[in-house]
Amino acid sequence: MPYRLIKYGLSSKHPDKRMFREPSGLKESYEAVIIGAGGHGLAAAYYLARDYGITDVAVLEKGYIGAGGTGRNTAIIRSNYLTPEGVRFYDESIRLFKDLSNDFDLNLFYSERGHFTLAHSDSSIRTMRWRAEVNKHMGVDSEYVEPEDVKAACPPIDLTCGGDAPIMGALYHPPGAIARHDAVAWGYGAGADERGVEIHQGTEVTGIDVKSDRVVGVRTNKGYVKTEKVLSAVAGWTPSIADMVGLRTPLTVRPLQACVTEPLKPFLDKIMVSGSLHVYVSQSSRGELVMGGSTDPYELNSMRSTLEFAEGLSGHMLDLFPFLSNVKILRVWAGLCDMTPDFAPIMGRTPVDGFYIDAGWGTWGFKATPVSGKTMAQTVATDKEPELIDAFRLSRFEDLELTGEKGAASVGH
Amino acid sequence: MKILNCPINGPRPVQEFVFGGELREMPDPDAATDAEWTDYVYNRNGSPGPRREWWYHLASGTWFIAERDTGTNDVKKTYLYGDEIRDEVEHG
Repeated sequence: MPYRLIKYGLSSKHPDKRMFREPSGLKESYEAVIIGAGGHGLAAAYYLARDYGITDVAVLEKGYIGAGGTGRNTAIIRSNYLTPEGVRFYDESIRLFKDLSNDFDLNLFYSERGHFTLAHSDSSIRTMRWRAEVNKHMGVDSEYVEPEDVKAACPPIDLTCGGDAPIMGALYHPPGAIARHDAVAWGYGAGADERGVEIHQGTEVTGIDVKSDRVVGVRTNKGYVKTEKVLSAVAGWTPSIADMVGLRTPLTVRPLQACVTEPLKPFLDKIMVSGSLHVYVSQSSRGELVMGGSTDPYELNSMRSTLEFAEGLSGHMLDLFPFLSNVKILRVWAGLCDMTPDFAPIMGRTPVDGFYIDAGWGTWGFKATPVSGKTMAQTVATDKEPELIDAFRLSRFEDLELTGEKGAASVGH
Repeated sequence: MKILNCPINGPRPVQEFVFGGELREMPDPDAATDAEWTDYVYNRNGSPGPRREWWYHLASGTWFIAERDTGTNDVKKTYLYGDEIRDEVEHG
């Protein structure tokens, strides 16, 4: 349990110190440069500094800390994936998440809720049973449950879903949790900053210099820095960064929209997800319903929101919870999803020496923040990927060894 | 609401359309190396900017081409896949 707030309350030193320094300018060179100060980039910086003693690192962020997917997801953490590679990876992430509040001495409001994935057809029941068995085999707590169990855990739900696609069963995953996503990035950032890493906000990368297939430096709007190692952790902007080193990727970018309602009395302590209805919902500790849908129906690198989304999502929410018909939506926003053809991420080294990629996180990036930071830090420090992320290497597309992660959220399959 | 201009049916709401991906040139399957073929199958041009895409009007079953900027979502023009494009794609 983090005691920082209590200590601060009893202390006579006010105000509290700032979480981040503001570095005066870029140095001439760094041992490593990380592009993107979201959760993943800052986590990699944190583990590089903490576990490998590499602190001569600049994190370059064109906006502000956590401006992208980190602050735009619906904060769900789970490990009930379909492939053994995915389950092992995300389960390690959950393990790391549970210790983070203490590591940072910062309350992340990590709240274990239990996570239902609803099945509305025979084929999705088959997938839920399959996922449950893979999960159990890997030691992850998941089970297939009947509609009565869903109703018992969540009495306000309409099991008939308005009659069109009744709930026929569900995958139940008790460790499913939500956490305060901004704080995860802040905690990692503050921990890295404290150890000497420089976080440069408002610093946009405009080019990466490569000589004989090796990274030699990074051009930015604030000047040039020499470095031999660059980690790209920019989610939806990955194709633009990859273009700078002449790297082709299988990524396409689509917005994913989410929204939040006005606060309600607590009625939903579980996380409810329906792949068929393209909706997932949890109730925040403030009482708001945090809801997300599927990715937008066409490619776009813009974080605009649309009426079609709000209408469609509300319709599906009313199928599940008809009594919400008078509830108002407060905010709608979008994040950029960099999608891969096999719904698994792309992590590790690339054909360009010194250019490391952490991408393909569309719709499943937040829950992987700790483990991706840790494994990418190891990759950058040792120039070799840990076995845990071998299945996510970029070269799998050339070798035709795709991962086929269909346990991903909010994608039609 | 986003409006797309179907070359056959005129301006229609975007919900009536299905996105078909970027217009790309398929290499000759018999002549392409494995690397060229996997590049064609998997790799995409994901960075924002203007490009030509396939779109399909559901109600009338019309496939057509839209020139759209994936950074701004502005559609410059739409037209049927015609001789001009066919020449360009097939003969460079």
